[in-house]
Order: sequence, then C-alpha cells, then structure tokens
Amino acid sequence: MTDPTNKAEPLLSARGISKSFAGVEVLRDVDLDLMPGEIHALLGENGAGKSTFAKIVAGVHRPTRGTLRLNAETVDIPSPLAAQRLGITLIHQEPISFPDLSVAENLVLGRGSGSPLSRVPWAEIIGDARRLIDLLGVRIDVTRPMRGLSIADQQMVEIARALASDSRLIIMDEPTAPLTPKEVETLFGIARRLRDEGRTIIFISHRLEEVRALCDRVTIFRDGSKIATEDIGNLTDADIIRLMIGRPLKEYMHRGKSHIGEVALKVEALSLPGYFENISFEVRKGEIVGLGGLVGAGRTDVARALFGVAPAASGIVWVNGKVVHITDPSQAIREGLAFVPEDRAVAGIFRTLSVEQNITAAVPRQIAPSGIIRRTIEKAMAHDSVRRLRIRLASLRQPIGELSGGNQQKAILARWLLTDPSVLILDEPTRGIDIGVKAEFYDMIGELAAAGRAILLISSELPELLALCDRVLVMSEGHLTADIPRADATQERIMSAAVPQFREAAA
Amino acid sequence: MSASEMPSAPSSQDAAPPRPTWQVVLVRPETMTFLLLIAGVFAGSQLSPFFLDVAYILRSFTLYSEFAIVALVLTMVIIAGEIDLSPAANMALSACIFAWMQQAGVPIPLAIGIGLLSGLAMGALNAIFVIGLQLPSIIVTIGTLTLYRGLAQVIAGDKSIRVPEWFIGIDKVMIGGIPLPVVAFILLAIVLGFVLSGTIFGRQIYQIGTNEVAARHAGIRTARIKTGLFLGIGLVAAIAGIVTASRLGSVRYDLGLGGELQMVLMAMLGGTYIFGGRGTILGTFLAAWLLVIVSTGMIVANVLPAVQLVVLGVLLIVSIVATNFIYSRTQR
Repeated sequence: MTDPTNKAEPLLSARGISKSFAGVEVLRDVDLDLMPGEIHALLGENGAGKSTFAKIVAGVHRPTRGTLRLNAETVDIPSPLAAQRLGITLIHQEPISFPDLSVAENLVLGRGSGSPLSRVPWAEIIGDARRLIDLLGVRIDVTRPMRGLSIADQQMVEIARALASDSRLIIMDEPTAPLTPKEVETLFGIARRLRDEGRTIIFISHRLEEVRALCDRVTIFRDGSKIATEDIGNLTDADIIRLMIGRPLKEYMHRGKSHIGEVALKVEALSLPGYFENISFEVRKGEIVGLGGLVGAGRTDVARALFGVAPAASGIVWVNGKVVHITDPSQAIREGLAFVPEDRAVAGIFRTLSVEQNITAAVPRQIAPSGIIRRTIEKAMAHDSVRRLRIRLASLRQPIGELSGGNQQKAILARWLLTDPSVLILDEPTRGIDIGVKAEFYDMIGELAAAGRAILLISSELPELLALCDRVLVMSEGHLTADIPRADATQERIMSAAVPQFREAAA
Repeated sequence: MSASEMPSAPSSQDAAPPRPTWQVVLVRPETMTFLLLIAGVFAGSQLSPFFLDVAYILRSFTLYSEFAIVALVLTMVIIAGEIDLSPAANMALSACIFAWMQQAGVPIPLAIGIGLLSGLAMGALNAIFVIGLQLPSIIVTIGTLTLYRGLAQVIAGDKSIRVPEWFIGIDKVMIGGIPLPVVAFILLAIVLGFVLSGTIFGRQIYQIGTNEVAARHAGIRTARIKTGLFLGIGLVAAIAGIVTASRLGSVRYDLGLGGELQMVLMAMLGGTYIFGGRGTILGTFLAAWLLVIVSTGMIVANVLPAVQLVVLGVLLIVSIVATNFIYSRTQR
C-alpha cells in the first residue's frame, strides 16, 4: 500500500466548507484534502455532518460558505450532474435508479447522445454495459430490469455507472448496511482495485471494523466540525469512539432527581414486522427513559405505534395500569399520551396557520366546549403557553412558519402540554435547534418529569441521553439491545449496543 | 473544540417581524374579488342603463343560485385539500330520481326524500373511494361525474320528465323582494361562513388542508371530517338539483350540464387555494356575484356566447395566478 499523503497534489481540497439549513448550521468550516488513490473514511455520530459534507462534494447541496478545489482548480458544483461531469459520483445506500429500465439503460442514463429523434443504438448500449460490468468482475445480465436485482447488484450497477463517466472520486454513503458479509467482501475487492487504479473513494460507515479493513485515512466529524484526520493505523478503536463522542457535558444538563412513582407506560412484546420486534419496557411516573440507537433502528416506529399513527401488529400496552389498544392518535390523546414527532415540518406544524391555532390544535374541547370556538379562552391559553415556554414571537396571529425552528418546537411542545399528558413521547426534540434553546428544552423536560409525567425521550445525541435520562434503552435494527441504568450509562456502552456489529461481536 | 468556536451568529431565534396590519387586511384574494366585482358593476352600468336594476340582477342570479349554493360547500371541500367535480352530475341524477318517482305515483314529499337520500349516497360513494381507498379525489370524482350523469340518462332517457304545476316556480317565491333560492344562498353563506371560521369543525378543515399528517398527529379525525364534507356536498347538490327541477318545471338528464366548472370557478375566483388550507366563504360569496355580473353584463352587451366562454376562461386563469401569487408572497 502506498502512502497517499506523500503525493503532493490533493485530488480534491475543501476549505472552510460551511452549510446551514434554515438558519441552523450543520457544517462549520471544514478543511479536508483527499489524495488520489486513497480510500478515505468519514466517521461521526448521526448528524455530525459527514453525509452533508459528502453531499456537498457530490453537488446535492451547495455550501453556504467555503471553496472546493479539484486538481488545484476552484470548482462550483451546482448539481449532481455537474459533479458527474467533473468525475465525482455519489453511490447511494439504497440506489436510486429506474427500476423498470434494464441495467444497460440505467448505465447509460444521462449520457444523452444524438438528437431526441435519432434511433436508440441498442447494440452499442448493451455492448458498453457488458464491458463495464465485466470490468467490475461481477456477473449481472445487463438486459434484465433493475427491479429484481439484489441491493448489492444495484450498487454494482451504480459503481459501473461511476466508471462509465470515468469518475476520479467515488463517494459511498453507508454502502454496506444492506449487504451480506460476502457481498461486502466483493464490494471491498472492487473498492481496492479502484484505489489501485488511482481513484479516490470516500467511504462513510458506522462500522469500525470495515473502516479498519478498507480505509487508508479517516476523518472524524462531530457537531458539524471536522475533529481530526489521521492515518487509520495511528488510531485505536477507543481513540476513534472518543473523538466521535468526546464532547464535554454541558453544565446546564445537570438536573435534580425527581420522585419516581408507579408505572405509567408498560409495553410488552410489541412487534411490527419489518420495523421492530418484541419490544418490552416500562416508564414510571417522574422518570425520563431515553431511547437511543442509530437512525433507522426502529425507535421512531415504536413511538408511532404507541401513539396509534402506525399501530403495531402485536403486543400489549398498558397506560396507567390499564390495557389499551390504540389505533388512532385521538384515542392515544384520550388515554393521556402525547407525542412530539421527529419531523416538525411534516408531522408537527401547520405552517401557514397562526401560532395560536397551532398551540390549541390538540385541545378542541377546551377552546370550544360546545363546538363553537371561544376566542377569549383560546387566546388566554395560547398566551399562557407562550409565556411559560418563553416562545419568542411577534404576534399570536402570526403564521407559525415565520418563527425559528426552536420556537416552532416550543409551540408544538406547548400544544401537548395543554392536553395534560401522563406519558410524553419526545422524538428528537432538540434536532435542528440552536444551542441556547436546547438548554431551555433540557430544563423543561426535567421540570415535566419532576411534575410526575413519564417521559420517553428518543435521541441520537448521546450527551443528551446521558444527562437527562434515568435509564437508557438502546435499539439496534429493530430490537431492544440494552437497558442501562443511569449509574452505568456511558457513551461507549450506548454506542456499542447501538452499532450492529458490536452487538454481533459480543454475542 | 473550544468555546471560542461558537459562532457569534445573529440571533436567528428572533421571530421575523409581523406583516403590517394593512397588508394582512388588504393583501388577500377576497380583496381582489371585491375590486373585480365593483369594476364589473361599473362596466355593466356603462353598457346598459337597465343593468343597475337590482331586480334584474337578482333574477339573473337566480339562474346561478343552485350552482352558487353548491360552490359554498365545495369551498370547504377544497380547503380540506380535496375536490369534488361530481356535484353537477349529482344534481341531475337526484333530480331525475325525484322526477321519475313522482311520475310513478310516489307522493312528492317522499320523492323529494328519496332524491335527497340518493344525493347523500352519491356523496358516500365518493367518500368510500377517496377516504376509504385513499384514491385522489380529482380522479375519483371525474369518474363519478361521468357515472352519475350516465345513470341520469339511463333513468330519464332523452325525454323531459314534467313535474306538477304546483311544484314549479320556487324562483318566483319572493321573500322581501328577493327570490327564495337567492335567500337560501345568502343564508347558507352566513351559516357556513360561521361554521368555517367560528367552530372547531371549520378550524379542523383548515388544519387538515394545511397539513393532513400533522392534523392526524394532533388527534384530528381527518377521515371523519372529510367523509362529512363529501356527504354534505352530496346532500346539498341533491337539494340544488330539486330546486333546479322546480325552477325549470321539468327534468332532463342534462340538467346542470357543465355546472362543475361554474362551481370551481366561483371557489377559485373567491381566492380558495387549490392545494387546500386557505380560502373563505366570503370569497366564494363575492365571486358568485362577480360571475353573475360578468355573465349578465356580457349578455346585456350582446357579446357572442363563444367570446363569453373565453372571458370566463381567462377569469379562471387570472384568479388562480393571482391567488397563488398572493399566497406565495405571504407564505415566506
């Protein structure tokens, strides 16, 4: 293996790359050099910024600030197509393709030669496609439709497409997650060959073993910043995990113990095939139970099942000692459940409607005992919520879409507090929220527990789970893999229960 | 990473300043409808001295009153994020069933009851497809529009079915000098205007139309409310059909042919947002008058029928463009 850092000229060099979505900074001043002929891993927690960085390089997102230089020339990458022209290809985890077209057609996609009316040169297309697939050393019939190919084969087709446009930089975003070990080996073999041909590969993965087996250098992201770039040989697994999670716990996240009472929510053997299996746990009054795990582990699906948005197929749920069969959110609300969903824009806010209406949406009976809205009651309730949660706004009649993300989230929380829930499920409540407002949320969550509510807190942020929760449950690939009491909870323990191959190694 | 790295970003938490009050009040689609209405009245009065005769305008409105009544309910359906293109066909089928029944000797009150029930059933069929089977309402109701019109033709053939003399002439019944169908339209507008703006039912219609997923998460029974709307528009369409039968004195399968476009035109001209979540009964109320003024104005001015159609088409497109423009400006 050659040492890529010895080569003088980087293929791609990023300087000061920053990205904000709707005013929230997700990537901050990232400098990174990618050498020709190296496989470079990007590591970090969910939301650390590694995928955002990769997507900026691939032209999916445009940086808010910063420059990209490709072969020492400053480039602007406005679209994935432009990236492809520059020789940069992003391989998606779940390949995006046209499932009803043949492999060969998918391979020549976007090539666009000749006039719109000229004949399609089928023989040439199929011949080219065969040659590309053969280059990879895999056996795929190029005349078959993409539908029906395994995910691994679909990825191969995407890689072949990258070769077709002679890409110098290939980005693989968690390519191995859906693959079997044997398919992973094939993929790695191809990746190594591409590297030996002098191409550069960015490899994004959660699986440390794979990174160690494949990559030459790693860059670790945390909270939108680049933390370190090192040769993989210079770092131990412990070093990597420490760099990924090692942020100091904030002062404000300390909270006093609340009185923990009887069981408010009990779940036994809850299953929804394809999403989660055999989930059992309980949450007591005054207790904050964290639910950690990687994105896609099934945490949100459990929450949605409990709240009746997408009910579970089997299992028993008790709320305050009573067996309930919740199949609809309105029923869940009657039983004393509340759910702050993960995706605020999709499932939370009514963007163009007033803040006031957004806050009172879940309590129609209170603002309109007889069906007719009592404006004074509604106004008083909304006003009171705004004051208590310190929601910053110009007017109660203002559309909620004009507020910042943190204040929108406060309004959604306010909506649920009006229902006076005994069980509150919070799904990533602080995602996309400024640091300062996060602190306020942590205080509020602590106060809610102290007031005797049972709280199930889904979060991908380990420090958040550690600082707030009395216990931390961890899910991985649809199963509950750990139930860690506060005293024993460490970031390492949560991570090792969350990351699939750690669990397999332990078992 | 040190604390000094924390960016001193401008406080993005501060809410944007609210729009000035005059903008909130004036920059709305209903204002545009109102101004067009005034312009229409002015233009009409220039064309003909008879135009400003209130009795004449009321008589003209009577011809559109059945569509206008249905358009009020349609406005609510559109605000909820759905659409119903079948009510004009529903009017024809309900009226045919009613006329056929009474001709076969069924007492008139019972025949009316059966006509109304069949309208309700047509609304229920739409609801089953749209809410039960989760199909897009535009496609479903284009289908049922054809189906209902076809059934009406099966029942009535291409003959007119006459209704008894005493049943004819609901449009000649005056209440305080205003024809009964117009009175009904005004009363319904007041009631539905209140329902939409002052009750939980109305509030939840806006919420469903703005974001159905969020509405479900907030415990709003979206399926129940939408079903109610489809049943409501089915029933109101049947009433409108029977009123039309009384006005015309006979029923043919082509009663109210093409009426769905007039209804959609009224809702759109009134500033109802085609993608749901926005719109008012006041807007549709004003737009109904605007449509009548423009149509009668053109008749008074002897504009060719073909040109009249062109003008209506242009009006519809202008109203959609203007509404979208206004909403996108205020949406941020």
